[in-house]
Amino acid sequence: MTDTQRQATTESDDVLAVPLRHPWRWASALVLGLLFAWLAVELWNNQNIDHATIGNYLFNSRILSGAVMTVFLTFAAMAVSTVLGVLVAGMKLSANPVLSFLAWFYVWVFRGSPLLVQIVFWGYLGLLFSEIVFGVPMTDIVFLRANTNALIPPLVAGLIALTLNQTAYSAEIIRAGLLSVDSGQREAAYSLGMSPLRTFSKIVLPQAMRVIIPPMGNETISMLKDTSLLSVIAVLELYTAATRIASQNLRQVELLLVITIWYVVMTTALSIPQHYLEKRFGRGTGAQDGILDRTLSRAWSALRRRSDARG
Amino acid sequence: MADDDDALIRVRAVRKRFGSREVLKGIDLTVRRGEVAVLLGPSGSGKSTLLRCINHLETVDGGRIEVGGHLVGYSPKKGKLYEMTPRQVADQRRTIGMVFQRFNLFPHMTALDNITAAPLAVLRQPKRDARARAMQLLDRVGLADWAGHYPAQLSGGQQQRVAIARALAMDPEVMLFDEPTSALDPELVGEVLAVMRELARSGMTMVVVTHEMNFAAEVADQITFMDDGAVVERGTPDEVLTRPRNARTREFLQRVL
Repeated sequence: MTDTQRQATTESDDVLAVPLRHPWRWASALVLGLLFAWLAVELWNNQNIDHATIGNYLFNSRILSGAVMTVFLTFAAMAVSTVLGVLVAGMKLSANPVLSFLAWFYVWVFRGSPLLVQIVFWGYLGLLFSEIVFGVPMTDIVFLRANTNALIPPLVAGLIALTLNQTAYSAEIIRAGLLSVDSGQREAAYSLGMSPLRTFSKIVLPQAMRVIIPPMGNETISMLKDTSLLSVIAVLELYTAATRIASQNLRQVELLLVITIWYVVMTTALSIPQHYLEKRFGRGTGAQDGILDRTLSRAWSALRRRSDARG
Repeated sequence: MADDDDALIRVRAVRKRFGSREVLKGIDLTVRRGEVAVLLGPSGSGKSTLLRCINHLETVDGGRIEVGGHLVGYSPKKGKLYEMTPRQVADQRRTIGMVFQRFNLFPHMTALDNITAAPLAVLRQPKRDARARAMQLLDRVGLADWAGHYPAQLSGGQQQRVAIARALAMDPEVMLFDEPTSALDPELVGEVLAVMRELARSGMTMVVVTHEMNFAAEVADQITFMDDGAVVERGTPDEVLTRPRNARTREFLQRVL
């Protein structure tokens, strides 16, 4: 027997067990904290940045209306593309080979080409088709004839571009979510006399949502930022508004910082509903709480311990 | 077991193929009201497929299946059978309960909600009635205290008992059991078989695919032994289990007993 083993057997059995300490967690947190503080101080003291300008333009009416436009574009494009995405996902999963091929082709084209190119394409549709005619093809029956540039102003062109591009991505996310639900779930619902539609809405979709929501949250945040690409066809969203102001006062960096603050605020606001949606659809899975819940509950119990100790 | 009139399930000359493999080669089966029929056979013999055909989870290539005097999944027209629409089949399945090997409880619903889901959505029962009935059924399978638990919080045996209660909530005329204890730990098999035994005693018509020989011997009114997509032997438990006439039946029983 070695010394430590002998010691272990001779000492009392009723001893306290101390968990492993993690000194490197504290060290790394300290180093990163210092680095971050240094970066913040450097930025703040930079003579080339006029801080007053940032303050002046943060709540400028043109900036604010740009932000409103950005939010509108994001929600409009996400809402319509989600509906279309369900449709394309359904087509791709369909037993009908024609529908399935068309869905595959759609995703292939729109996911395969840059969003910027698609935006420019829709923005300059008037160069391709000078007028748009609604009627019965290959007959003389015409319901509506309109000038393309009048029918599709930049805002509409931008919405179409963002929506159609997003549909391709959303369709793939939704398809993966639907495929993630075990086929036994469908059979169990059928065996209880549920119709296919009811089986889809009550049994399959709620379970697919658990898989669909996290990536869709990501897509929404990407969309919020991708709206800035619409500046190439002069849609007055946040980025365009900032560049217009900057072209007059030549404070490019300050205005970029202004809109950066707005983009971060908006993406942060978006992650809150996502968190609660994930919780709602994660019921019954025993999924772990995320970092937000863990931090909050840890802080909460620490506060209570402290007040208990005092009281 | 003649073609008698009080047959609740009547399967005649049912054929089914998966690709080039014929898994059902003209199967007959008759189950009268209140009877328990057990299907035995080696894996791949077609017994689970036959069971799934009875509530049209699988299509058939020929033959006819009737439950309660109605053709399941098909309507006859000019000497042929035409498959029904999914909605029409859904209506028929209300009276045919099914319990699966892997339970297939809905993981996003509590035990109680699993049981009330179909009565609420399909039968349009008032919520209060559906919940009262569900609590009654949970009590019957010995799980009254587990109503608010999600499937992931229940043991396999408990999940399967909830699944049985869920099927019973539709007040089916027939219950189909597809190897209900095969996915369970050995010590949990007994609790599920006890519920099934009680169900059989209460007069439920049951078709059971199982490898539990003691259960079959005790509860079954008739046993059908299948091999390679065909019925090899059938009769009372005594006839099939203790005095099998066919060599393949004897060989199978030697392996499982």
